[in-house]
Formats: sequence, C-alpha cells, structure tokens
Amino acid sequence: MATLMTERKRSALTRGRLPKYTPYVIAASSVVVAAALMALIGFHVFGWAVLSAVLFATANVVSSALVEGRRKATDKLATSLVVGAFLVALLPLVSVIWTVWVNGVPGLLTPGFLSTSMNGVTGAVDNASVKDGTPVLGGVYHALVGSILITLWATLISVPVGLLTAIYLVEYSAGNRFSKVITFLVDVMTGIPSIVAGLFAAAFFAMILGPGTKTGFVAAVALSVLMIPVVVRSSEEMLKIVPNELREAAYALGVRKWRTILKVVIPTAISGIASGVTLAIARVIGETAPLLVTAGFATTINMNVFAGWMSSLPTFIYTQIMTPTSPSNADPSTQRAWAAALLLIILVMLLNLGARLVARLFAPKTGR
Amino acid sequence: MFSGAALGAGALIVAVLFAVALFLVVQALPTFSANPADITGGRGFFDYIFPIVVGTLIAATIALLIATPIGVAVALFTSHYAPRRLARGLGYVVDLLAAIPSVVYGAWGASYLASQLKVPYAWLAENFGWIPLFAGPASGTGKTILTAGIVLAVMVLPIIASLTREIFLQAPMLHQEAALALGATRWEMIRMAVLPFARGGIISAVMLGLGRALGETMAVALVLSSGPLIASLIRSGNQTIAAEIALDFPEAFGLRMHELIAAGLVLFLITLVVNMVARWIINRHKEFSGAN
Repeated sequence: MATLMTERKRSALTRGRLPKYTPYVIAASSVVVAAALMALIGFHVFGWAVLSAVLFATANVVSSALVEGRRKATDKLATSLVVGAFLVALLPLVSVIWTVWVNGVPGLLTPGFLSTSMNGVTGAVDNASVKDGTPVLGGVYHALVGSILITLWATLISVPVGLLTAIYLVEYSAGNRFSKVITFLVDVMTGIPSIVAGLFAAAFFAMILGPGTKTGFVAAVALSVLMIPVVVRSSEEMLKIVPNELREAAYALGVRKWRTILKVVIPTAISGIASGVTLAIARVIGETAPLLVTAGFATTINMNVFAGWMSSLPTFIYTQIMTPTSPSNADPSTQRAWAAALLLIILVMLLNLGARLVARLFAPKTGR
Repeated sequence: MFSGAALGAGALIVAVLFAVALFLVVQALPTFSANPADITGGRGFFDYIFPIVVGTLIAATIALLIATPIGVAVALFTSHYAPRRLARGLGYVVDLLAAIPSVVYGAWGASYLASQLKVPYAWLAENFGWIPLFAGPASGTGKTILTAGIVLAVMVLPIIASLTREIFLQAPMLHQEAALALGATRWEMIRMAVLPFARGGIISAVMLGLGRALGETMAVALVLSSGPLIASLIRSGNQTIAAEIALDFPEAFGLRMHELIAAGLVLFLITLVVNMVARWIINRHKEFSGAN
C-alpha cells in the first residue's frame, strides 16, 4: 500500500503539483502571520484583512512558481489580481451604501419627515434642535412631490416619442438612410452630459418665455432629453426580438400594418418595453444637475409644474449639504440630506426591482 | 397616419438634437462678441475656458486610470472567475450600483471619503512633495481634484464593468473550450480567446465611461473645493466645466449666463467627439467580430 502511494506520487501526471490542501494551509498561516505582524505595529481589523490577503496571494504564487512552474504561477497571479481587484472595487461601493444607511436612518425615521415640507423651517429652528434637543423639524414632502411630478411629466413626453421612434426604426424604416441617422443621433444623445441637457432646456425656455424661466416643466423637458434615447434603445431591442411569424400571420389574415403593430407586436413586447421605461425612470429620477439649472429651489409645496420654482429630492440633498438651513449648526440639515439620499436610493432600487418584476409578470404567455 | 406619427417622432429626435446644438450656440454667441475685459477673468473667453477644460480632463483621466483596470477585472471576475450561481447575483448588484444617483456619490465623497484621505495626502506631500503632482501643502479638508477623480472612478466603475462583462460573456465558447482542451491554464485561455475578442468592446466601454466622467457634475461640485488651475492634485484648486456650471448657473444672469452656456457648449462638443469615437469603434468591431 505504502509503495503504491509513493508510486502514484512519482507518476508523470501528478508530478510537480502542490497537494490539494496547500491553499488552505497557506491561508491559515498567512492569517496567523498577519495577526502577529499587526500585533507588532498596532492591531487594526482592516489592515489585518489586507495584510492577510497580500500574504496569501504572494505565498500562493511563490510556492506555485517553485513547484509547479511559471505557467501555473502566472495563472495564480492573474487569479489573485482579478479577485483582489473585485474586492477593492467592492470597498467604496459598500462604503457608499453603508454611509447612506447609517446616516440616513435616523432622519428617515423622524416623525413627519415624509409628510412635512421645509416651509417655515429656519436656521433658528435648527439651532434650537441642536441646543435644546428638540426634534429636527422639516422634511422632504415638497421635494418628493416635485420629484414625482417632474419625472411623471418627463415620462409623459419621452415614452410616446421614444416608443414611436422605436416603432419607426423597426417596423417602417426598413433600414433606410434616415433610420441610420436617427440611430446614430440616439447614440449621441445617450452621451449628452446631463448638465448640458439642463442648459438646453434653460436656454430654450429663456428664449421663448423670457430669461430666468424656471418651472417644473422646464426640468421635465431637460429630463426628457436624457430619457428619450434610453427609451428608444430599450424599446427598439424589444421590438426587434418579436418573431416575424407573428407579423406575417397577422398580415395573412388581412390585418393592416398599424393594427398589427398595435394589437400584435406591442402586446408581445410590452413586458420588455415596460421594464425599459421603468429603468429609464430610475435613471432620470436621480438626476441632479439638470434640475439645478431648470427648476430652481423651493422650500414649499408646489403642485403646479407650469409655474413657480420646484424642489426635488436630488436638489434637496444638494442644497441641504451646500447651504445648510442654519450655517452655524449644519447637523440637522446634514441629517435631512442623508435621509433624503436614503429615500432616493430606496426609490431607485424599488424602480429597478419593479422593472424586473414587470418584465417577468407581463412576459408573453407561452402556448403551453 | 400611424406611420406618419412614427416618422414624426423620429424626426422630432433629430430636431431635438439639432435644437440642443442650435440653442446652445445662439445663447453662447454673446460671449464671443463681448469685450474680452468683461469676461470672467478679464482676458477673453479662451483664457476663461482653458483652465476648466484642463481641470475636466485631469479629473476624467484620474477616474479612468483607476476605474479601467479594476472595472475590467471586476467584469472578468463576474464572467469567468466567480462560481456560476454567484456570478448572476453579482451582475445584478453591479447594475444596481450603476443606478445609484450621482448626488449620493457626491455626498459620500464630500462627507466621508475626503476626510479619510486627509492623512494619506499629508503623507504624500511630505514624502513625494518633489513631484509637482503631489506638491504640498496638502489640503486640510481633503477636498481636492484627486478626491473628485476617485469619486468619479467609483461612479464609472460599475458602467465599465457591466459593459465589458457583456462583451466577455459573448466571447465564443468554442474558442475558450478549445484553448482549455489544449492544456491552457485559465489565464492563458482568457488571454488567447477572450481578451483579443473583447478588445474593441473594452475600448468602447472605457470611452463611454470617459464620456460619463467628463460630463459628471454633482460628484465634482460637491467634492471639490475649486480654485485656479494648479498642477498639484492634493491641494484645493482646479475646477471642471460641469461643476462650474452647476455652481454658478442658478445665480447667473446677463453675460455670465451666456458665458456658462458657452462653457456647456464646449463640454457638449468634447463629449460628442468622445462618444462618436466610441460608437465608431463599436461599429467597426461589430463587422469584424464574425466569430460564429
């Protein structure tokens, strides 16, 4: 038996390989060594983890290079680098979500945060809440209303235009030159910086209605410029994958083209279109820069998108951080800003999940 | 009539894009005809725009230098390294992260990251101060162009990662299996069968990330304490076009407003070129990727 084992170890197929338990041994020893080193220079959990990972990767690659040869060692080095880069990438992203969560929860749980506006909340109120411990007043109701109304109007503009364009591109254009121009311009539009879209809307309405026109509707137009290309792209992809047999069957029954599109093509693709639109909404609801230059700032509830300045969640966060309500005691403003940020992230996440759900729920029924 | 409506919608998009360019040009014109002494800085539009164009490019370059290798590695991890079941969930998480609003990243950068980076900056200024990029004294708040660049990197990373992941997943399976069957290690397989296929896709993903980093406003506006153009990355100073517009436009009027719109036009042209090059690379790549 013993001879058999040694025989197998010498076999040409298994020669020059590290035993399977090697990585575990290296991992355990590098954790211990890192702990010892950290104990010398002052213990820190984060530093310990980093040091262990570096030690583990180095030992793994070196041992492989000594026993298994250069090719295997290169492979292990690449694996270490890829996994390491992934972990490094996770750090800031986890940190962002953690920071928003920790700082946002107290504000979000403050009674009245969702149901009051900033109307009447002055620096004196904030100073009192810092000095006397009275609850932090003021909330995001006005910003929430503004965000929803502006996004709603942007959707009302973008969805018909975007969907009809997609229909033109897929059903009517037959790949002519005009459709190529549109496709190219839609691609270009996808890359317009959001602030430029805001400037466009501001400049446009400044020329029509006089300089300084800032309303919710101007903001909605700015957001539409950002939203239309997203809607076109996603709807186009969805219309393209509708099987041609369905269209041909409808034509064979004598159905007209527009009826075929309305009754056959769109219902088949509606799940994808709806989820694309939801993702587009999720993208524009967090846009800040175009709203800064088009909708202005407000502390009161404004239900009318056609008149008066309007607040929105992203600009609310921005103004609370940049210009705290009470310059000497910024803490209540910071708390409101973080709570609004948490609320905004939750909204965006819900919209994303909703898009997935919509895609699944309205998926066309397969025959059986 | 329905086809007319569809055509009209398509034409509207063309019109909107031309309108964007047209209105920006028309509103920017007064800047160019104005007396150079009246422009901010007092020496004409070029002297005004040059520092903030350079600032924009610096911030975007820092962002890409950090985000490109890490983003590609993250994409490789989700497409070729992670266990299959984990990979799907990770892809979803990366997409969600790409959807976090920029103002949130900006708030995080301003309140958390900047204060964390004060100590490293001071160390850099002390030990590497002889390099102009790290000339001291380091900023006392950490709100520097390097911090802004790092925040931008965090923002474009999910975009680069999710775009390149799509390309990596499309790499022809047969080539990969053939490489493995010939005895290639995983890394050799990736280098021979995946990366050559994905080169165009990676470049265009990076270009799209660049477009995003150039036009990103809020992260820079919140994170950077701006100032005149300086070489040091760890002192407060520098400014980007987008942040300049966001900070000053709400209170701007008259010539200052036209000036900012002209700055927006410059930004629009820069991103337009970047995006067109990216699309051109994608389209060229499409024709040659006949791997199947």
